[in-house]
Amino acid sequence: MTYEFLQNYWWFLVALLGGLLVALMFVQGANIHLVNHRLDDVQKRMVLNSTGRKWELTFTTLVTFGGAFFASFPLFYSTSFGGAYWVWVLLLVTFVFQAVSYEFQNKKGNLLGVKGFRIALFANGVLAPFLVGTAVGTFFTGSPFTVDKAAIANPASPVISTWQSPWHGLEALGQGHAVLLGLTVVFLAVILGALYILNNVDDHDVRRQMRGTLKIVAVPFLLFFVAWFVILMLKDGFSVGTDGVVSMEPYKYLQNLLHQWWLSALFVAGLLLVLAGLYIGVFTKLRRGFWFAFPGTVLVVMTVFFLAGFNGTAYYPSLTDLQSSLTIRNSSSSYFTLKVMSWVSLLIPFVVAYIAFAWRAMDHRKITREEIEKTRHKY
Amino acid sequence: MDTIFWSRLQFAVTAAYHWLFVPLTLGLAFVMAIMETLYVVKKDDFWKKTAQFWIKVFAINFAVGIATGIILEFEFGTNWSNYSWFVGDMFGAPLAIEGILAFFMEATFFAVMFFGWNKVSKRFHLASTWLTGIGATISAYWILVANGWMQNPVGTTFNPDTVRSEMASAQAFWEVVSNPVAVSKFFHSVTSGWVTGGVFVVAVSGWYLLKGREKDFARKSMLIGAIVGLVGTGAVMLSGDSSGVHAAKYQPMKLAAAEGLRDGGPRAPFSIVPGVEVPGMLSILATHDLDGVVPGINDILNGYTDNEGKVVPPVAEKMARGREALDALAVYRELRESDPDSAAVARAVLDENVEYMGYGHLEKPEDVIPPVPVVFWAFRLMIGLGMLMALLLLLALWFAWKDKLEKKNWFYIAALCCIPLVFLCGQCGWIVAEVGRQPWTIQGLLPVNVAISSLSAGAVKTTFFLFLAIFALFLVIEIRIMLGAIKKGPQITEG
Repeated sequence: MTYEFLQNYWWFLVALLGGLLVALMFVQGANIHLVNHRLDDVQKRMVLNSTGRKWELTFTTLVTFGGAFFASFPLFYSTSFGGAYWVWVLLLVTFVFQAVSYEFQNKKGNLLGVKGFRIALFANGVLAPFLVGTAVGTFFTGSPFTVDKAAIANPASPVISTWQSPWHGLEALGQGHAVLLGLTVVFLAVILGALYILNNVDDHDVRRQMRGTLKIVAVPFLLFFVAWFVILMLKDGFSVGTDGVVSMEPYKYLQNLLHQWWLSALFVAGLLLVLAGLYIGVFTKLRRGFWFAFPGTVLVVMTVFFLAGFNGTAYYPSLTDLQSSLTIRNSSSSYFTLKVMSWVSLLIPFVVAYIAFAWRAMDHRKITREEIEKTRHKY
Repeated sequence: MDTIFWSRLQFAVTAAYHWLFVPLTLGLAFVMAIMETLYVVKKDDFWKKTAQFWIKVFAINFAVGIATGIILEFEFGTNWSNYSWFVGDMFGAPLAIEGILAFFMEATFFAVMFFGWNKVSKRFHLASTWLTGIGATISAYWILVANGWMQNPVGTTFNPDTVRSEMASAQAFWEVVSNPVAVSKFFHSVTSGWVTGGVFVVAVSGWYLLKGREKDFARKSMLIGAIVGLVGTGAVMLSGDSSGVHAAKYQPMKLAAAEGLRDGGPRAPFSIVPGVEVPGMLSILATHDLDGVVPGINDILNGYTDNEGKVVPPVAEKMARGREALDALAVYRELRESDPDSAAVARAVLDENVEYMGYGHLEKPEDVIPPVPVVFWAFRLMIGLGMLMALLLLLALWFAWKDKLEKKNWFYIAALCCIPLVFLCGQCGWIVAEVGRQPWTIQGLLPVNVAISSLSAGAVKTTFFLFLAIFALFLVIEIRIMLGAIKKGPQITEG
């Protein structure tokens, strides 16, 4: 195994985890309905208990996504987390509240009341996909930072990665293209959430409302996504030469898509699956749309990561100093670390298998009004 | 107050807060798994209801543990940017493995355990309960591999081209995974969690007896709690012994601070409290040899010869060589492309002194001394409270085993008083481990002042108070909800 192969393999795994994270944000998208006034209290608890069985998977995927990025591309972790401070802190706070909101929500003595925790889940539902989407959006727009590895020998200012904007991450909100991706991911999460509830909750009225939601959010989702994608295909990209020098190249991302045929295939397949899921949810009586949109989302997000990092592209470009831009070559862990972790990654199919087994066992019977009203084992 | 201060305080408070919930998770996990096993084996509904009650308490606690664990992971990057880059190659792998191996196991099977009573078979449910606890324990191993590496950085070389610690070879990974400091830290931390869980179960059971409620449930819970707690106590003592030996070998300054030992040598005394000493005892505990050398703070500052005959230079000399290394690093990086010959000379100087490069960042030799009173008293409190917990658990075992729990109000009240004390005991252990390592984030390699992010003190101060407010809120809510659950009780009809 060459070093380059291992770096590519780990970019593939980071992309896969990123894809799974976005797809698993159906939890966030579904939780938006906790403040939907057209659902009665029991229906809201059906939604809560339905996502309550899955939220830890999303949460754990976020933690593992972060851990895998830290392990395989530590310079991204140190540069982005230490620099875009407010974005990551905000994301963190919404997830911290999410983690306790299920357990605490319907318990006496919870101080914030049912409503308080529902609002916390709603806030996480909107902000988490938005912030993750916008952060990934900056992979194509760039961020204001410099990297100087020699700094560590300088006692006066030893920090290697320094952010050049006093907004520490919030400046990304001023980058329209990145924000478009953030908005796209929010609406995608709502679509996935509605498809999941449609599949997992056995209540006629809830299902009818989920189909209604799909009809409403499909339009902005498609508009934002198409706008983001068209701009991406037309814009200049951050290209890395064989000597490691970064330069701007016209239509870089369009070229990345066209020059790697398998990437185009992956993208089209993913997109068709998402659209098929949406079609099934809106226009048919079937409830299986989720199982199309979920893998479709994983594939599309993976394509986005591949467009950003493969084919000689800087995936985390610097607007301040082009040569500080991060690539999968200059920001990765060492050969031996990547090699050891690659062996460990062979366990991933085993992990996926037991998750699938437990998921099937638990969802064999769908959630009903009767179950929520009678069982003690609920949130 | 500067960025370093607020970054340290923020991380310390987050870690300490996280450690309020984790030990109870680790301990209760096994208590409830044993109870559910009894239900499946004996087919007795009493054990089902008993297990369900403790699982309910576990779930309330588990939520906050998860919520705070993610903050620690993020803070490595947000507040310790240089550290993240410097150690990412060593530290990232255990963290990623923790995610893949442990977190998904916990997350998946917790959901089955919590919701699955009427959805999956008895045996699948029992397996899920065990796997939740095993997942939490595996998770502890990997994070302590990372922490153990910060105490004793093995299997690494400094690469001047990337400016970080790197895995020296594929075999080096096994050195990191089997680092003796990590192994004893794992047993010490996890089994201290069993003590915490044991004391908690004993105390809550005592409360029911004090109120004259749920007597059968309380006696049997107390018995299992006491057994789990005592097994934990034995393992804590054994692993504590090896922790002491490792500190003497790899972190002599930490041991000297924990003992308040200014001047050491062979036959070093063990200080029980200031003025009360056991002659030669520290040498026996730290080196398993009466004549073993235990260096004191002054010995480390001024240089000494260790038990293997190696001459350890004075800190001032380490600092001078560290600065030479840093200067050589700067020259090497500047010239490596334009003037390879001069760069090679600088590289040779760097390689010769790289062992002390971290010392080059220190301002004065005394910087290597951690806050002695904090470490000294935390160490004593930990041991004293640990012994008190052992006594409580022994009494609980005796009373519950012999069925002599009637009218022991003094014991029930003493057990309740031990709940805050067992948490304090665990906190003290981590204060010894982490404050005792100061000024280093990674022992000997990277001091805290070089490990931080480029942020303003105001920004970190803001997030510190934000997290403090969230922590306070969650703690109050958790205690209120848990008290509510305990007051409601398992509602088992007395037979």
